[in-house]
Amino acid sequence: MIEADIRVKSFGGAPVLRDIRFRVATGEVLAILGPSGIGKSTLLRIVAGIDSAFEGTVARPERLSMAFQEPTLLPWRTVAENLTLVHPSLGREGAVAALARVGIEDRADLFPRQLSLGQQRRVALARAFAGDPEALILDEPFASLDPATADEMLALTEGLIAGSRPATIFVTHSEPEAARLATRILRLGGRPATIRPDKEAG
Amino acid sequence: MTKAPIHPATIRILSLTALLGLWIIAAAISADATILPQPWALIGPFWKAIQSGTLPWHLWMTLTRVLWAFILAMSLGLLLGLAMGRLPAVDRWLDPWLVVFLNLPALVLIVLCYLWIGLNETAAIAAVTLNKIPSVTTIIREGARALDPGLAAMAAVFRMPPLRRLRHVVLPQLAPFIAAAARSGIAVIWKIVLVVEFLGRSNGIGFQIHLYFQQFDVAMVLVYALSFIAVMLCVEWLILQPFESRVRRWRGA
Repeated sequence: MIEADIRVKSFGGAPVLRDIRFRVATGEVLAILGPSGIGKSTLLRIVAGIDSAFEGTVARPERLSMAFQEPTLLPWRTVAENLTLVHPSLGREGAVAALARVGIEDRADLFPRQLSLGQQRRVALARAFAGDPEALILDEPFASLDPATADEMLALTEGLIAGSRPATIFVTHSEPEAARLATRILRLGGRPATIRPDKEAG
Repeated sequence: MTKAPIHPATIRILSLTALLGLWIIAAAISADATILPQPWALIGPFWKAIQSGTLPWHLWMTLTRVLWAFILAMSLGLLLGLAMGRLPAVDRWLDPWLVVFLNLPALVLIVLCYLWIGLNETAAIAAVTLNKIPSVTTIIREGARALDPGLAAMAAVFRMPPLRRLRHVVLPQLAPFIAAAARSGIAVIWKIVLVVEFLGRSNGIGFQIHLYFQQFDVAMVLVYALSFIAVMLCVEWLILQPFESRVRRWRGA
């Protein structure tokens, strides 16, 4: 479960986020929608614990995973090593199994830059799910993919979430993506950004 | 008809042969073996110096000093560069020092080390190390400033322990900078080591050059200088360049 209570987050004295309170239970998928530049990524960084310069509190579980806007892989380590360095308990076989779940087990011994962007994003997704996370944060993980690949990735993510049921937060600016993946949608708007009245998703 | 491109190794050999040719011509013009002997006139003295064991012994002494100074300068420069590149407060405080030491002539540091520490091995190696640390620090600092914040965030989110983070996230990003510092480092260090030996040691290539300089023995000065240059070129070609291409392997992939 993730519980966030962010009173104020400012950059250089200017508040960008204000009074953002939410909780995500295990198995729930919360989509955060809002125009670009509103502070969605900032919010995720606070929830993930990367940014601790804010007023408020965030409670997050021990096993937390994240998929970033960019694949954020170590280009000097092989695809399999990218998984085992982050999750040592996985071992080589666990890493290959995790890659198999996203359909690229045959790429295990290549370096990330030998892969297409879509494949790199799959590796990032495999890494995010490999540690059997209790909480999962996805920061526009399907951005800059062609529609077919994005759709494939979406289906993949759906399946992985259904399998390990973490408390999931994911940021997007695509309504259909949010509607398909989320159990609840949270809209950010205004300046500083606050929560707009939210609605239940299908 | 197209011309086949010349292999880089061939060019290297041709270029060195041209240098040798220039030497032979210059020696022929001067026609005085005490000023510039012909290259083949060095073979005899060179062989004698090897057989007597003096050349290998002095070469060994110089190499140990180079190695010590290199290891010390690289590791201290790496630590300082990382600290200054990552922590702005440290950078603000130490940057003026760096500028001072970067502009301090090598000779001044060498003389001061001998005066303060004494005419001994510690002073010699300290002098070389202190001369090299500032430039290593400067290069590594650039690398540390350019570290990818995205990868740092990734390592933080997945709670990678500090040592694993250093080895797999930070050092690979610094590798090109470390390689650059090592190459320029070894080139400068061995030159300074010779000066240090020239001024205050009783063995090593620099000491031998000093000795033959006082005897106006150009042939022996050349024998010692060329032997050492040959050794350092071997280090460059057999150790540094292969290391560099190994750490760059993932880029070409």
